[in-house]
Amino acid sequence: MTGKTLYDKLWDAHVVRTEPDGTTLIYIDRHLVHEVTSPQAFEGLRLAGRKPWRAASVLAVPDHNVPTKGLEHGVTDPVSRLQIETLDENCAEHGITEFKMNDVRQGIVHVIGPEQGATLPGMTVVCGDSHTSTHGAFAALAQGIGTSEVEHVLATQCLLQKKAKNMRIRVDGAPAPGITAKDIVLAIIGRIGTAGGTGYAIEYAGSAIRALSMEGRMTVCNMSIEAGARCGMMAVDDTTLAYLKDRPYAPKGALWKQAVAAWRELKSDDDAVFDKEVRLNAAEIRPHVTWGTSPEMVTTIDGRVPDPAQETDAVKRGGMERALSYMGLKPGAAITGIALDKIFIGSCTNARIEDLRAAAQIVRGKKVARNIKLAMVVPGSGLVKQQAEKESLDKIFIEAGFEWRAPGCSMCLAMNADRLEPGERCASTSNRNFEGRQGQGGRTHLVSPAMAAAAAVAGHFVDVTKLQVTSSK
Amino acid sequence: MEKFTTLKGLVAPLDRANVDTDAIIPKQFLKSIKRTGFGPNLFDEWRYLDHGEPGMDNSLRPLNPDFVLNQPRYRGAGILLARGNFGCGSSREHAPWALQDYGFRALIAPGFADIFYNNCFKNGLLPIVLDGNVVDRLFKEVEAAPGYALIVDLAAQRITTPSGEILPFEVDAFRKHCLLNGLDDIGLTLQHRDDIKAYEARRRMEAPWLFT
Ligand code: SF4
Repeated sequence: MTGKTLYDKLWDAHVVRTEPDGTTLIYIDRHLVHEVTSPQAFEGLRLAGRKPWRAASVLAVPDHNVPTKGLEHGVTDPVSRLQIETLDENCAEHGITEFKMNDVRQGIVHVIGPEQGATLPGMTVVCGDSHTSTHGAFAALAQGIGTSEVEHVLATQCLLQKKAKNMRIRVDGAPAPGITAKDIVLAIIGRIGTAGGTGYAIEYAGSAIRALSMEGRMTVCNMSIEAGARCGMMAVDDTTLAYLKDRPYAPKGALWKQAVAAWRELKSDDDAVFDKEVRLNAAEIRPHVTWGTSPEMVTTIDGRVPDPAQETDAVKRGGMERALSYMGLKPGAAITGIALDKIFIGSCTNARIEDLRAAAQIVRGKKVARNIKLAMVVPGSGLVKQQAEKESLDKIFIEAGFEWRAPGCSMCLAMNADRLEPGERCASTSNRNFEGRQGQGGRTHLVSPAMAAAAAVAGHFVDVTKLQVTSSK
Repeated sequence: MEKFTTLKGLVAPLDRANVDTDAIIPKQFLKSIKRTGFGPNLFDEWRYLDHGEPGMDNSLRPLNPDFVLNQPRYRGAGILLARGNFGCGSSREHAPWALQDYGFRALIAPGFADIFYNNCFKNGLLPIVLDGNVVDRLFKEVEAAPGYALIVDLAAQRITTPSGEILPFEVDAFRKHCLLNGLDDIGLTLQHRDDIKAYEARRRMEAPWLFT
């Protein structure tokens, strides 16, 4: 008998029953909820006269709509306010724990879950949000679901699903200084494409992955969905355990010991077989920058905007032409020559404390370039913000000319007041460069926090790995 | 959920790959706490020339004449023909709600993003995966023949083209059953209440830290 992959183990441990065609009921351990994708689910429950199966498994937080400044005035947009109040009411009605807007623990749902230890190894985690893949960094089976499924999980504690195939992405070797988890995951997406992971559960492995901190691992797993995979995951090791120990929701004492013994098994067996394997050499990875309107439209800082005329596939060529026209870029233009209007450091991909430290290190003692109309830092949670302020990172950013905001999704999807105006160009640490994502007509380039910080200072993209060489002399 | 059995529908072609759910229904419309009313804002940023916000009277907004759904020949389309990786990105179920509300009942593409694909079935919308070459050919046929309509027969799992050609397609037995009968899967799952309880009891012994 061949061994099991990590995904096989997580799946098998959660099977409640299987239909003849393979459709399976899997049990859900943790259900994270935010204000945008849950109101219709709670309404559905109410209409059917149902109650949540296990309210204690649910943790709720408003994040998408929350304003990142002027909080003392509350939420002024009435439509946003209604959505947040609806979440408050639904949670109160069903006895669901919610970190409300004024709670210091409030933040982006994918930041606060791990931060609280509410995401644990071996769990199945769902949320009505595609970036739930983030939590796979803890060897959890974590997947984004739609609103009907949110209702289904609330009502039954289960999800109906067919098993995915197994893919392993190995990244070995040592990346150069200045190369971050974001560059690794953008390199992966550049390699396999935005549909490359469709139908697969991805496991990330290899020495470069093992060397990442938990925060870096979350950045990689976060963008699994941008590679088409509903979930991405990594084995448990000492880094995982050290991160979780003593977190508020993590088990304590004897229960911790018992849990750790079980968690140590959460890795693929040596003889496990994957349906697909992909390998990358970390030593070759350069800082990445997207040039188009899909995360797979990505190149390195040394690169140039590609020429659609060179593309033989007609559908791809059409996509590239549309992307270049939307982005206002010419084929062959140097990436370093792209001037920016706005800088956004935030989102569930890159708004954790290490991200803010990396960005602060670059801007320390420097000023945001004149051509930058707005540079903003939006911490991923109230606790990240607090920690950053303890380390005086806020002062570094403010002195350089950045705005220091309150936590939330902010300009990652521009549902609140933070957005790009038509034609504005932004270096963003978020995860999606889709048309209109950060505001109608806005142009997004995805990069790491260090690259965004360096671009803020220079006013255009620069190679952060070269910067660091000069500053360390 | 509305039943899906057979459908004869006019086909509208959306000739671009990687159409994401942000494009299908932009975020400003996600602030609604309802499931209906998203149709007028389907593909909002491509469909109208101005910037759309919730609460606007969409009938007064300037239409983008170049956008395919605004062309008179595709008015009343029930089937959307699309390219690969349709529905990628955000998990928002507002995307199938908007497609459905607009009047689409079936989608045909060489591939769909996983979460979107799943969300369609929960809403009586049938996503059909066909081989890329076949889809390519359908694009050409639709383009060449105004009024081009397909017949989708879910029970028989086949599509009939105007020339009488039969195109078979795959669909999971369970999803097909739910769609054909308009079944609510929460109700179905709750019939297995005892299995869920038994699982929980066993799991509580094995992994008590998950139940604190
Ligand atoms: S930060 Fe962006 S990607 Fe993450 S949950 Fe919020 S909106 Fe979604």
